[in-house]
Amino acid sequence: MLIRKPADIPSSEITPERVYINRREFIGKSAGIALGGAAGGALIGGGIGGGAHHLSAQTPGGQRDWSTVRSERDEVLTPYEDVTSYNNFYEFGTEKEDPARNAHTLQPRPWTIEVGGLCANPGVYGLEDFVRTGTMEDRIYRMRCVEAWSMVIPWYGFALKDVIDRADPLGSARYVEFKTLHDPVQMPGQRSRVLDWPYVEGLRMDEARHPLTILATGVYGRDLPNQNGAPIRLVVPWKYGFKGIKSIVSMTFMEQEPYNTWKRSASSEYGFYANVNPEVNHPRWSQARERRLGELRRRETLLFNGYIDQVAGLYAGMDLRVYY
Amino acid sequence: MNKKRSRLLLKGLVWLLGLAPAVWLFWRGFTHRLGANPIEEVLHRLGDTALILLLVTLSITPIRRLTRWTSLAPLRRTIGLFAFFYLTMHFLWYAIVDQTLDWEFIVEDIVMRPYILVGFTAWLLLIPLAITSTRGWIRRLKKNWQRLHRLVYVSIGLGVLHFYWQVKADTYWPIVATTALVVLMLLRFPWRRRSGQASPGGQVLAAGQPGDKVSSATQGSSSD
Repeated sequence: MLIRKPADIPSSEITPERVYINRREFIGKSAGIALGGAAGGALIGGGIGGGAHHLSAQTPGGQRDWSTVRSERDEVLTPYEDVTSYNNFYEFGTEKEDPARNAHTLQPRPWTIEVGGLCANPGVYGLEDFVRTGTMEDRIYRMRCVEAWSMVIPWYGFALKDVIDRADPLGSARYVEFKTLHDPVQMPGQRSRVLDWPYVEGLRMDEARHPLTILATGVYGRDLPNQNGAPIRLVVPWKYGFKGIKSIVSMTFMEQEPYNTWKRSASSEYGFYANVNPEVNHPRWSQARERRLGELRRRETLLFNGYIDQVAGLYAGMDLRVYY
Repeated sequence: MNKKRSRLLLKGLVWLLGLAPAVWLFWRGFTHRLGANPIEEVLHRLGDTALILLLVTLSITPIRRLTRWTSLAPLRRTIGLFAFFYLTMHFLWYAIVDQTLDWEFIVEDIVMRPYILVGFTAWLLLIPLAITSTRGWIRRLKKNWQRLHRLVYVSIGLGVLHFYWQVKADTYWPIVATTALVVLMLLRFPWRRRSGQASPGGQVLAAGQPGDKVSSATQGSSSD
C-alpha cells in the first residue's frame, strides 16, 4: 500500500470487525441472487442514506461505513457508483460515461511529479515520496461543476500546503501551475483537438495554501479510480470542478497568472478564478441553481459553494464579476 | 395489391422506428440504466431524437427524387409528427421534471438564454404545422399549406443552433447535424430549379408535378 491509511478516524466510526464479517457473509450469500452485490450493499448500508447503491458498505477490509456519514451541512454523500461513473475528464472522451469506460489505459503507477519554477527546493518525486509529507485524511466536500450539477464526495488526501512548504517557493512566486499528463497513448482523448493539451490549471499562492485546498489520492477511502484523476488530483471545493485538475505530473511556481485550459478554450465563459458564484452566470446558462445528483428539485447554489466563511477573505475588495 | 402491402409494411416500419427511442428510454429508466444524472440523460435523448427525426423528414424528398421511390412520400408526415412528439416531450421534460415547473426560472431561461429561446421557438413553430397536418387542413389551406409548412426549415435550423449553442467544447455532433442540414438543403434546391419551368419562388411548379410538395402531401394524406 503506497498510501497510509487514515489514522485519525475515531474508532467509533470504524466498523467493528464482527459487523463487517457478517456483511461479507451476507453479500456472499446474496451473490447468487440477481443484483446480489448491489442490493446487499444497499440493504446493509441501509438507513438514512437510502440511495440505490451503497457500494461503500462493501468496502473491503472493514473500512469506514460511509452510509451514515454526512457533510458539515448534513448532506448525504453521492454514491460511489455515481462519483466514479459521471465524470468530466476529456482526456478520455467528452461524454460523462467516457472516462469510466476508457480510462483503463491510464497507468497510475509508477508515477512521477515534477516540482519546479520559482522555488528553493525543486525536484522530481515518485508518487510515494511526493505524498509522504502530507497528513492523509478524509475530507467531505461539495463538488459544483460549472455545468450546474453537483455531488458530495468524501475525498482522501492531504493539504496542498504541505508540499508547497517543502518546495519552499521564492517570494516572487505568486501562482502555482499544475499540468496533467500528456500522453495520447494512455489518454486517447488527447488525440482529438477538443482542448489544448496538456490540461493546465493554477491557483494564486494564498488559494493554494488555504487549508481547504487538498491534493486527493483517494475517494471513499480507496485509491482514486483512473476516471477520477488517478493517482493524484487537485480539489478546491469553493471553485468550479474544472479547477480540480486530474492526474497531475507537474507543479510549477510562477510570477504570472497561469493560463488555464478552459480559459484558453473560451475566455468569455471560463476565467482563472472560477469561484462558485450564483450571482455571476455563465454567459449561456444560469449558475443560480444546481442539480445535486440524486435529487429531483434543483438547489440554490451557494456563494463559494458554501465555504464562504473560510474563503471570502481571499477575495476581499475584488470584483467577482470581473475576476470570474 | 403488392404495392399496398409494401406501403403498409413501410408504414409499420416507420411506426416501429418512431416508437423505438421512447421504448428504449422507458426500458433504460425501469432498469436503472440512465446513469448518474437520469433527468439530464432523458432530456438530451429526447432532444436528439426530435432533431434526428426532423432531419429524416428533410431527407425524404431528396431520397425520393434520387430513387424515384414515390411510396416514401406519405411517410414524411408520420415521421414529422413523431419528431413533434419528441420535441414536445423534450420541452415538457425540461419544464416539468428538470425545472419542476418553477416558472420564474423557466421564463428567465427562455428570455435570457439564447440557446433556450432558439429551441423554444423551434418548438413553437412546429405547433401550427402539427395541427394542420391533417387532410382537412391541407384541403382548406390549399397553396398556403405549403407556404406554412416551409416553417419546418426554420424550425430545424433553430434546432441545430440550439444543439450547437449548449455544447462546451466538443462540437463534433453539432457539426454532424449542421452538415446533414446543409447537405439536405443543397440537395433540394438544384432539383427544384432543374425540374422547374423557371418559375420564381417555386410555388407555380408545385402545382402540377408529381414530385413536388403539395402533391406529395396530398398523396400522403390520401393514403394515410
